[in-house]
Amino acid sequence: MIDFGYKIQADRQINLDTTDKDLANFVRKHENSFNICIGCGTCTASCSAGNFTNFNFRKLQLFICRGEIADVKTEIAKCMLCGKCQLACPRGVNTRNVIMTIRKGLEEQL
Amino acid sequence: MKIEGKQALWKDYQKEIADDNYFYVRSCIRQSFFPGSETAFLNIMRQDLGKDVYEHPCHTTCTGIGYHSDIVPLETTMTVVARQFALMTEAGYKNYVPSCVTSFGLYTEILDIWHHFPETLAKTRENLKKATGREFQIPENLAHASDIIYKFRKEIAAKAKYKLINKSTNQPIKVVEHIGCHYSKMFPSKGVGGAEYPYVLVGMIEEWGGEVIDYPERRHCCGFGFRQYLVQANRGYSIACSHKKFESMQPFKPDLILTNCPGCPMFLDKWQYAIAEMEGKTYGENGQGIPVFTYEELAGLVLGYNPWDLGVQLHQVSCEPLLDKIGIPYDADKKYEGINGQKLGIPEMPLTLKCC
Repeated sequence: MIDFGYKIQADRQINLDTTDKDLANFVRKHENSFNICIGCGTCTASCSAGNFTNFNFRKLQLFICRGEIADVKTEIAKCMLCGKCQLACPRGVNTRNVIMTIRKGLEEQL
Repeated sequence: MKIEGKQALWKDYQKEIADDNYFYVRSCIRQSFFPGSETAFLNIMRQDLGKDVYEHPCHTTCTGIGYHSDIVPLETTMTVVARQFALMTEAGYKNYVPSCVTSFGLYTEILDIWHHFPETLAKTRENLKKATGREFQIPENLAHASDIIYKFRKEIAAKAKYKLINKSTNQPIKVVEHIGCHYSKMFPSKGVGGAEYPYVLVGMIEEWGGEVIDYPERRHCCGFGFRQYLVQANRGYSIACSHKKFESMQPFKPDLILTNCPGCPMFLDKWQYAIAEMEGKTYGENGQGIPVFTYEELAGLVLGYNPWDLGVQLHQVSCEPLLDKIGIPYDADKKYEGINGQKLGIPEMPLTLKCC
């Protein structure tokens, strides 16, 4: 193999027909309010954990919906479950329970 | 949908292409990458179709590569383009035919700017006059060279010595067509078939007996993109685009890729070597690649031109398997002979991609 000084960049295209949506469906089923999230990011803006780490609830929601769940377990471990996001959410998403449901979903999958 | 309605809609996707008397301008890079293509175009137009095509020895770059790489300002580009039009005006021609898709896109863009901003046109005329003393007329007809071959595809088919048919199976050759982004993605009304249904290459393939293969990433860029390739650190993005296209087209087992842009055949051809060396993967049959052709080369082949005169021996992916499929004869011993019979030497073979 020859090193040309660059590599083929990984494809970032998301095929919604083939991605793993099991976790997203699990969360939707067990915490209905997950369905009404509009991805505004108010949760992330008010997040205590996000103030000290790179935890980002909005991104987490997006990744789960896209089926990109490889780093989800590491990410949700950063949440302190303080619930400020739940108070701030304009849609009334039960964010704390979303986190708990994600954990449960991952455990059941494992 | 009613057929009449369909035809009425399709009219929006047509463009006017001049019949004769063309002022032809070459590409900067095609003469290095695919050196036989432009000569083949001139031979086909003059000898096979009897058309008047004029080339001016003072023609220069349109600055397209520099413009798209942010090193040539638009005002300079417009003045250089105005100079090309001045050469056409001085030669007494009105139908401008660029060989390069990037040039075609740039000319289209500049003509559009001048249409919407007459004061910019006046300023460009002033700049050209001050710099060179020249004056120019705007072309009556601007068509890419592939538009011209498309226009005369039926005449070429009538004179064709070979059809795009697999002689052993009697089935049409399966062709993937790839249109240069600057052909019609910027100004859809200026390309045959627009941006969504470009028909310029499909028309040739169908007329010459081949079968067009549709595949998911058909309209994806080849990856040239100027900045992506010119900066070495960004080349991973460039090759990723071609890689995505190859992965997408491979299941359909195309026999060849047909292109109408200077950069696309270069990258779709050479990246097959780079991918083979980086990942060990090849996309053609028996460890070979998928041959990539320009439309002039393909027109020359169906008309019975000697493949070596068309310059197909300079492709990275060997074209012999395709020539064998169609039944086009070639002398393997003369593959690397110059025009005067001088032996040019045999190039080193790649480690992974199988070549003839």
